[in-house]
Amino acid sequence: MTFLEHRRKLQTSRPARYEAMCEIRAFEDRAQALFFEGLVHGTTHTSQGQEAVSVGMAVAARPTDWVTCTYRGHGHALALGMDPSVVMGEIMGKRIGSVGGVGGSMHLCEVSVGLLPTFAIVGAGIPVAAGAALTSQVRGTDDAAIALFGDGAANIGAFHEGLNLAAIWKLPVVFICENNHYGEYSRIDLTTPVEDIAVRAVSYDMPGHVVDGQDVDAVSEAVGAALARARAGEGPTLLEMKTYRYAGHSRADPGAYRPEGELERWKERDPIAIYRTRLIEEGELTPEEAGDIEDRAARRIVEAEETAAGSEDATVADMFRYIYAP
Amino acid sequence: MNQAIAAALADEMHGDPDVIMFGEDIAAAEGPFKTSAGLLKSFGPLRVRDTPISEMGFLGAAVGAAATGLRPVIEIMFIEFIGVALDQLVTEAAKFHYLSRGTITVPLTVRGSVGAGLGFGCQHSQTLETWMYGNPGLKLAVASGPASAYGLLRSAIRDNNPVVMLEPRVLYARRAQMETGEDAVIPLGKAAVAREGADVTLVALGAMVPNALAAAEGAPWSAEVIDLQTLVPYDKEALLESVAKTKRLVTVEENPLTGGWGSEITSFVAGEMFGELEAPPIRVTCPDIHVPFGKELEQRYLPNPGYIAEQVGALLETGRRPPHWWEAYR
Ligand SMILES: Cc1ncc(C[n+]2csc(CCOP(=O)(O)OP(=O)(O)O)c2C)c(N)n1
Ligand SMILES: [Mg+2]
Repeated sequence: MTFLEHRRKLQTSRPARYEAMCEIRAFEDRAQALFFEGLVHGTTHTSQGQEAVSVGMAVAARPTDWVTCTYRGHGHALALGMDPSVVMGEIMGKRIGSVGGVGGSMHLCEVSVGLLPTFAIVGAGIPVAAGAALTSQVRGTDDAAIALFGDGAANIGAFHEGLNLAAIWKLPVVFICENNHYGEYSRIDLTTPVEDIAVRAVSYDMPGHVVDGQDVDAVSEAVGAALARARAGEGPTLLEMKTYRYAGHSRADPGAYRPEGELERWKERDPIAIYRTRLIEEGELTPEEAGDIEDRAARRIVEAEETAAGSEDATVADMFRYIYAP
Repeated sequence: MNQAIAAALADEMHGDPDVIMFGEDIAAAEGPFKTSAGLLKSFGPLRVRDTPISEMGFLGAAVGAAATGLRPVIEIMFIEFIGVALDQLVTEAAKFHYLSRGTITVPLTVRGSVGAGLGFGCQHSQTLETWMYGNPGLKLAVASGPASAYGLLRSAIRDNNPVVMLEPRVLYARRAQMETGEDAVIPLGKAAVAREGADVTLVALGAMVPNALAAAEGAPWSAEVIDLQTLVPYDKEALLESVAKTKRLVTVEENPLTGGWGSEITSFVAGEMFGELEAPPIRVTCPDIHVPFGKELEQRYLPNPGYIAEQVGALLETGRRPPHWWEAYR
């Protein structure tokens, strides 16, 4: 399946959205295991629990829109249509990886699906998305840009400067804050005086909405409406997706700072389980079909891992490429 | 080394109630690299604080607190993150004393983790001394292991100027038997002779000190290894004294060749001792590329002991600069 077929399917088929979320979950579980097993070097940041945001965003975005996101970017990359073996390959330092294996887990990029290099510096992608939106404004196209970032990023200068600039220039950009309630090890209430990041939109005179980030339909609808507003020249929107990350912040973090029972409560609102129930209730899937989808997604990740593992390592010569543009 | 840092912080906080510290996840979580273990418990939340992810905000607040009487120590988790706050350090803190005709001092310590070797990729593996070393008013020290981390940090906190203290990430887990207390304090501006030798002076900083020592160990030539310890201001006398003896100078640097700190050191020594040198001063560095991900590539990128020994051996044998390993890839 080409990435365009993947995106078309996401737009037209709800079971395809279910499958995309299952694929991300399977990928992240495997990525985490690879690090725990010591099979790959460095660190990784996984997004189990946040799949509905990635997929809902990809449903709403056009293939020609630009997206910036963070080191927690595997899910967004997959939802946008990157091949899982390319993402896995990057994590493993393989030449088939999206940056040729010299970037690692935090550094994905695929211009064909609209993904700018993922940002490992908190907040950095926010003004960059505003700049991508500036390109469409100057060129007179109706493409838009999307910035995805965390709740912690809402306290860094780049967030405030980026939103202000986008507002006064009426840039076609949608700011999506994935509020998973933690920075690294600090709960949001220890670092942020407001409960809803969305209220910060008021300072920049743009609409701000709180969205259920565990509901893929709610996400795609909210992002779709904000993108429509952006394309119509009405300026940026701040969307806050309430969500939760099941894993620790990164490989090294067991998440011991979380109050007892919190993770379990959030798992009761698992985005994949919610959607499975809904699609079955609404007659779009049978339990058997859902099972087939889960198996297919899991198999694809196993295959992707095999493909990546069996492929060539990045070489010393690869380190020297692309330092300067010709 | 992380325990040595926590000990230095604790000792300074015991000795001076004006010492406070803040940074991201340093209090309740005791630091991403466990460099503040026990400090919140010992000194309480008024003096040991967690911050939001707001480097410009909290570095700026540290400048303000330092200018008005406190002695703050802040942590920049990875030195790269100082990029968003550099104004406060370079353009504000470093100039306050000058711009107040000496009436204000800024006794601020900025600690940051630096360097490659842990597979964190190109945005979390740089050393970035070059961002900070050309700034009058700002001092810069680099730890090379537990003892130097302890001794330099205590001096940095006591200094009445803004001091940046860089801590190689690969060394946090290194353990060594060491002394603490007044006798273990290392003054800023003084280099340490880490190993005595006669044929060549290797000058290193941070994580390259253990590598230079390893290269010197068992080599057929005799190298004096100098741990510069403080890059600004660097110890000119120690350099001249050592090179007067060995007549040869090699810097070992964890940074790209172009603009690396060794260009200052080699140019200084060459300028002072041109006629006395028996070989051109050379620099063993990383290539002018980004830090790669992947264990093997990252180890190839860094000046490892084998490569350092090869370069030094070739210099001694030929009296000329040997080619960099990467010249084949250009
Ligand atoms: C400027 C900067 N400061 C600090 C960090 C270290 N850091 C990486 S992720 C992170 C937490 C970010 O939390 P949030 O924005 O909520 O995103 P999440 O990880 O929850 O997706 C921190 C502090 C960084 N990468 N960049
Ligand atoms: Mg978060």
